[in-house]
Amino acid sequence: MPEDPIVAVEGIAVRRPGALILRDVSLQVLPGEAVGLFGANGSGKTTLLRVLATLTRPSSGGGTVLGAPLGTDAVERVRPRIALVAHDPALVANLTLGENLRLLALLAGRRVDDAARALEAVGLSGASGRRAAVCSNGMRRRAEFARVMLAEPDLLLLDEAHVGLDPAAGDLVARIVESVTGRGGGVVLVSHERERVGSLIDRSLTLADGRITEPGR
Amino acid sequence: MTVWRQAAFLLGFQLRDELRTGEVIAVVIPFGSIALLVIPMAVGIETTLLASIGPGMYWAVVLLFGVVVTQRRTATSNPSHRDALVLLGVDPAARFAATAAASALLLLLFEIGVGLVMIVLYDPVVAGWGWLALVLPLVAAGLAMLGTIAGSVTDGGGALAPLLVAPLAIPILLGAAQATEGLRLGTGILRWILVLALVDVVLALAGVLTARVLEESSR
Repeated sequence: MPEDPIVAVEGIAVRRPGALILRDVSLQVLPGEAVGLFGANGSGKTTLLRVLATLTRPSSGGGTVLGAPLGTDAVERVRPRIALVAHDPALVANLTLGENLRLLALLAGRRVDDAARALEAVGLSGASGRRAAVCSNGMRRRAEFARVMLAEPDLLLLDEAHVGLDPAAGDLVARIVESVTGRGGGVVLVSHERERVGSLIDRSLTLADGRITEPGR
Repeated sequence: MTVWRQAAFLLGFQLRDELRTGEVIAVVIPFGSIALLVIPMAVGIETTLLASIGPGMYWAVVLLFGVVVTQRRTATSNPSHRDALVLLGVDPAARFAATAAASALLLLLFEIGVGLVMIVLYDPVVAGWGWLALVLPLVAAGLAMLGTIAGSVTDGGGALAPLLVAPLAIPILLGAAQATEGLRLGTGILRWILVLALVDVVLALAGVLTARVLEESSR
């Protein structure tokens, strides 16, 4: 019996006053699959990620994310199984990296030790006591990946995952993508750098003007 | 995890964030005190007049600067962090409760700090000071909840939030001013305490019941 897709959306459109951000977008992500999403600035990549994260309600079209129909209350049940790493880090500037992770661990019903372990896994155990506001972009990005490790998501959505990371940290992105796909989860990875993410993805899609123009491998 | 437990975690971290920024203690209380200092300069050093208008001026300053306290940048106002909380399954009502509770505690601190300045500058005659232990938290809670709801309606505040808070805070301001006037005249203030409590209950219900809708509409 075929496995249920992680993401199966069809004919998604997102309208904003005076603009059609996404039009007729259909996408399927299968268990264990990593999909790369490419496109110029303003092509609708981030909006599509937010739709898949159930944070933006599509104006039309539909489908399921982790089995929950978009636009219904059922998405609330699956949200804790989704992790989104957006452009801006989801960190409170005046809290330390350790405190930020502890807060998220407590809210996720995890143990405080798990937060420390996640920071250690991304090479930030020494910076646990440093406030997010005074950390470099790369450190904040690593802390975001620690958040992903803590969440152990079934659907990982990465928006420009490599931004701010040094080449050595590229392995970290690969490890996280592989850990999600290895568990049978799905990954959608938005990037401008096809070469850098090429080895991480199973297939790629290109968005232009809110429409998928180039499905490919 | 219960809504209250989520709210308690968020509140703890919000207060820690506030202690580090020190915005209310280092900025809002001093400026509120200056506002109280300016009024005697305008009306002159007429001690009887100052003693009678002192409590009214105090509540006006609490309202105006209270809006600043409730519309400050909070630990959970970063949009990415807000998204992360949504994906963690944090109940919008928990976020409302935590933000309002943090604002209420800071407002209470503001009320006490500026209240001491008002006593020194205006020397008001107020009997039954013990009642203030009830009036101050009720006003702080009401303004905090109102400000939090207005911040959600206007998606983060901006210029519109104070315009929403000011007229809607009239029952709170009226209850507070009438309660302190009652204390000054030695008349009963129970009904004004009940007005304040009733407003707080209505705002708490409104905040909790609209939290989800307001959060959805802000995305």
